[in-house]
Amino acid sequence: MSINRINQLFRDRETEILSIYLTAGYPGLDDTVKLLELLQEHGAHMVEIGIPFSDPLADGPVIQESSQIALNNGMKLDLLFKQLLEVRRTVHIPLVLMGYLNPVLQMGMEKFLSRCSEAGIDGVIIPDLPPKEYETRYRELFKSKGIYNILLLTPFTDDDRIRQISSLSDGFVYLVADSSTTGVRDSVGDHQKEYFQRIKEMNLPVPGLIGFGISNRKAFLTASKYASGAIIGSAFIRVLSEKNTLSLEARVEKFIRGISGN
Amino acid sequence: MGFAVDMQGFYGEYGGAYIPEMLYPNIKELEDSYLNIVQSESFQLRFRHLLKDYAGRPTPLFRAERLSEHFGTQIFLKREDLNHTGAHKINNTIGQLLMAERLNKKRIIAETGAGQHGVATATVCALTGMECIVYMGALDVERQASNVKKMKMLGAEVIPVHSGNKTLKDATNEAIRDWINHPVDTHYIIGSVVGPHPYPDMVTRFQSVISEEIRIQLMEQVGRDYPDYLVACVGGGSNAAGAYYHYMDDDRVTLVSAEAAGLGVDSGKTAATSLLGTPGIIHGSRTLLMQDDDGQIEEPYSISAGLDYPGVGPLHAWLARSGRATLHAITDEKALQAAFLCTRKEGIIPALETAHALAALELITPGTDDVVVVNLSGRGDKDMEIYIDKLEI
Repeated sequence: MSINRINQLFRDRETEILSIYLTAGYPGLDDTVKLLELLQEHGAHMVEIGIPFSDPLADGPVIQESSQIALNNGMKLDLLFKQLLEVRRTVHIPLVLMGYLNPVLQMGMEKFLSRCSEAGIDGVIIPDLPPKEYETRYRELFKSKGIYNILLLTPFTDDDRIRQISSLSDGFVYLVADSSTTGVRDSVGDHQKEYFQRIKEMNLPVPGLIGFGISNRKAFLTASKYASGAIIGSAFIRVLSEKNTLSLEARVEKFIRGISGN
Repeated sequence: MGFAVDMQGFYGEYGGAYIPEMLYPNIKELEDSYLNIVQSESFQLRFRHLLKDYAGRPTPLFRAERLSEHFGTQIFLKREDLNHTGAHKINNTIGQLLMAERLNKKRIIAETGAGQHGVATATVCALTGMECIVYMGALDVERQASNVKKMKMLGAEVIPVHSGNKTLKDATNEAIRDWINHPVDTHYIIGSVVGPHPYPDMVTRFQSVISEEIRIQLMEQVGRDYPDYLVACVGGGSNAAGAYYHYMDDDRVTLVSAEAAGLGVDSGKTAATSLLGTPGIIHGSRTLLMQDDDGQIEEPYSISAGLDYPGVGPLHAWLARSGRATLHAITDEKALQAAFLCTRKEGIIPALETAHALAALELITPGTDDVVVVNLSGRGDKDMEIYIDKLEI
């Protein structure tokens, strides 16, 4: 099997990796693949595709609203996989699915992972799947399907658990910047820097990307000092929802260039 | 087969703690300490004192002569409606408030649907001077104006929730999000036997004072400490869990759970979760829930705001699917009829939730000498508008 695109990315770039989160089926039902192509074109290094859910517990108002609109548009997990079947013809950056456990379990974990494989998805993030349950029930299945499982750390995760989780997490760990839901904070404070520094000094087996509360170039650069880069979600969704004279294409280009400085 | 929670927080295949990592420290702290705290003598002393002198326990077990005659059996009503704030909810909020104090929390959050749990939470917060924030769906804020005013008078801040369908499920989501954003100083008082482990077990333990009293009271009144039938309504399931607790492994007792069928089990407007639900994850717990084939959680319907929750406590999912509890789905109409029957026969106006349990009396077939206990979980003051509408038809 060829090398996972996530590993390749972290091998090629040690810093300032920009990963963008978008909600599948938002703003329009058929926008997802087009947005993936645009994000790749303008310099995003990885994209997390959010599977909309009726009850997104870990998300703030921006992603909640985009999820609700996507569901109203008719987005379903089955449809998303159909839309993604041809995506690898044009999109070559790593793609990660991010979603809550319930829709995944309704499809069935094995079928879900098979369809990820078919579509060329590299990894998944399921925030409400406990690491222990993943390890005992699903880890072998993930391995057999060649799908990475990416786990979360927070400022309140103790050192033992940080080591456990990072040893289970494939490709990278998701460093939640602050104990918060998504899109609630908008800067990186000193106590967060302390936590990032602590993680950095632990020399974990996998690199980290910082997410939650990264919304502009300044925060992106700060995050990149402590980790391999950052994940931007709510701020990007806000750009998609803007009502102004610029086209969707132009807004995406402007936002990505603004963050990456190119 | 045992019905107590196991070490991992499961009842059979239901339960667990399916939470994002951001909530892990909060849940872990609670899980590590709740049993020690609940079982400590100093906690029990204060808990028992407040149950007795503040909530008004023990609540009576009342032999309902005219209902007994009507149904041709021996019916006893466990009068949880006589608790302070009018329902069993206060048993849990007293327990959890004391738990929060032991954990040095300074701020209490809660979700509420009809407002009963919100009022019970605001009440104990006023009693102890604790900051109190109650999340309530924006629709429910409109529908339950008097409970909103009560909470405000008690000093709580009521935050209307505009996400999703703007009802109980969404209020619960928002309370959980608040907890994620305030991991250190805040305790979340969940109102039922739902949510991630250890909540279902902790809330069940606080409510178990109900079956503890039933045992003593039955011994005094009928000379044996168990009933043949024990009937309760189930939304999330806290009053039923409390009434069943000491009898769960006692096969002499038939457990009868009444769920809200709304307009009918097959009408699409229902809250009969254990009957219609399929396994899934809601609010951090694996249980039975109303969902579509894409795993999106559906909005339930019942005339009773306390029963229209799309999930059910994992204990009840297990009691139902293992066959330990007998389930009956009660329509709005049957519940209303039962509320009027109880009122006219016994002079007790029950809550609409409780009326579902009373309606289940039509569906069981006890013998004349059998002992049937109905958990009369709450009083009907909050439902007067609906009852008056019915009266005027």
